Amino acid sequence: MTATTLETTVHPAVAGGLLLEVTNVSIQTPSITSIMFRDPSGEPLPPYVPGSHLVVQYGTGANAYSLTGSGSAPFEYTISVLRVEGSAGGSLAMHELAVGDRVHVSRPRSAFAPAANAKHHLLIAAGIGITPVLSHARFAAEWGAAASLIYCYRPGEGAHVAEARELLGQGLTECHNRGSFQEVLTEKLTTQKLGTHLYVCGPAAFMDSVLEQARDLGWPKGLLHSEAFGAADLDEGQPFSVNLARSGIRLEVPAGVSLLETLEKAGKSIPNMCRKGICGECSLSVLRGAPQHRDLYLSDQEKAENTTMMCCVSRSLDEELELDL
Amino acid sequence: MSIIIDTDAVTAALPERIKRFPFPYSSESYRYSANVEPSRKVVMTEAGEWGGRLLDIDEHYLSDVKERGEVLDRDPSRIQVLPHMRPAVWDAIATLLPAMAEENPDSMSFHREGNNCRWWNGLQDLEVEFTIGDDSSLQGGPLRFLGSQIQDDMVFLDQREDALWLDAGLVTFAADWSLGFDTGMKFHEIHGPVPRVLEEKIVSRAEQFLLRLQPGEQYRRTNWTLTIDRRLDTSTETYPNWAPERGTIADDPALPDRVHLRVEVQHLIRLPHSGAILFLVRTYLLSLADIARVPVWREIVGRVLAELPEDMAEYKGISRYRKAASDWLLAT
Repeated sequence: MTATTLETTVHPAVAGGLLLEVTNVSIQTPSITSIMFRDPSGEPLPPYVPGSHLVVQYGTGANAYSLTGSGSAPFEYTISVLRVEGSAGGSLAMHELAVGDRVHVSRPRSAFAPAANAKHHLLIAAGIGITPVLSHARFAAEWGAAASLIYCYRPGEGAHVAEARELLGQGLTECHNRGSFQEVLTEKLTTQKLGTHLYVCGPAAFMDSVLEQARDLGWPKGLLHSEAFGAADLDEGQPFSVNLARSGIRLEVPAGVSLLETLEKAGKSIPNMCRKGICGECSLSVLRGAPQHRDLYLSDQEKAENTTMMCCVSRSLDEELELDL
Repeated sequence: MSIIIDTDAVTAALPERIKRFPFPYSSESYRYSANVEPSRKVVMTEAGEWGGRLLDIDEHYLSDVKERGEVLDRDPSRIQVLPHMRPAVWDAIATLLPAMAEENPDSMSFHREGNNCRWWNGLQDLEVEFTIGDDSSLQGGPLRFLGSQIQDDMVFLDQREDALWLDAGLVTFAADWSLGFDTGMKFHEIHGPVPRVLEEKIVSRAEQFLLRLQPGEQYRRTNWTLTIDRRLDTSTETYPNWAPERGTIADDPALPDRVHLRVEVQHLIRLPHSGAILFLVRTYLLSLADIARVPVWREIVGRVLAELPEDMAEYKGISRYRKAASDWLLAT
């Protein structure tokens, strides 16, 4: 066991998640390492949608990484991580993990799912961007769906190349420089059958360029997919305080903790159902201050009036809100 | 002078169908709302409790699944699966059968190794082996098989272009709608005929909620209407068999025994592997005579029926007899 095991505090992004053990670490390239996690007691892990990511805690931080399996009845989760010198530290911490280490991870979250009704899946990856599309390729192979992959990587820097070759056969095109990639891309973008969906993952500039070319060539927006971590999540928001006028108490709402949770911890019983800003049960009257409305319940007009807020998801634009509680 | 009723003694003597009934009203008037809450949350009622399980099995289990089989033999259009929904159907099997086995360890078990599965259902004296993804490994196909194991109807929604589309389902106990007609429609189009809900943006809010559900998350809501007799199949396809009675029931002395409160417990599940949304629709029917055995229910149902706005009563198909029903319930 190394010093990176068992963090004392669980990061909000992985709260309610899983505690897993590193069971394998393998070198993909000089800068990319694959890490496999399992449940310490050998239980199956939650299945996931192809293209899902996992948030992994390291020290006081947490980073999201794409899962590379198909997501069908998994007993292990595998991520591949590129070492990024001078980053916030997530990738370096991942590269220090060793077999036997335990980490807190979130449940898998889906933000880059394959289109179920696609006639063909055109996957495009640069470098470490291979990870989510490898998951797509595995799912396509399992269900007999048509898929092809353009994989752009520097010679000697390709991760999962052997698996991609085995999964896709003739459907894989490997490119090692910008010129050959551009040639293949143009050819593929102009020769797809009707009903093809495109999925791209890689550096932001690479994704922007691929998507822009596709749109210029007439691809409808609904057929284009790119990986965007965390899109399905509400961000944890800024801390703020609430003044409960009737109770005469003041509470601090930290980032990553909802107002509802804060009130509950303080012993206030607030009626609530969905805890997702949809049902309208946890409505509170606002006496002073402007809430940051993040719910789907209130109308635009009601939100503008700032007299009501849904405390399960909404936060505050001001440093303090006064509530009729 | 007042009469004190010993509530505990009354409820203790009630049959299971009343004690476990998912009574749907929280007040004496009813309007549509996106009334969702986490699944498996136990709800206490005046008569007992409900809601502790994802897949409820009750005294009607064997007869309900037998009736479903008979409906499907007569009318195979009650099963619809657009080709791209095959993974979602198998995902539902791999999700629901283990959940059912966990909730009923004495009578059911599920084992999976890779894609090979073994399912034992002691209530049906059934043991089968099948392979996830191989449609021919289950007689009648995977969706029909799953429908033979649970009492719930199933509707599958695919998510694409920021919308939900009804692309598969097995619905034999519909409350005046048709799966065959709705298959391929958008979530918004399906709810087009329901009064008020589009104007009140309830459909948009519900769709936004579903679009944001993460894989593995499970919620539920209830819905209700009235049905004459304990008739599960009130789909549009069989309209001539059941609709005419709505015009004569008001004068029928047997109204309290024949008119049933029909409650649907709908589970909303984001399937973990396919990412499709699964609606489970479990239908419960309880006669007004049974409702009246719980004094608080008798009063609430009577008032809800009397107060319901006419457009909603018309849509639910109860406008010609709801007054007779509420009058009977509220008569002291």
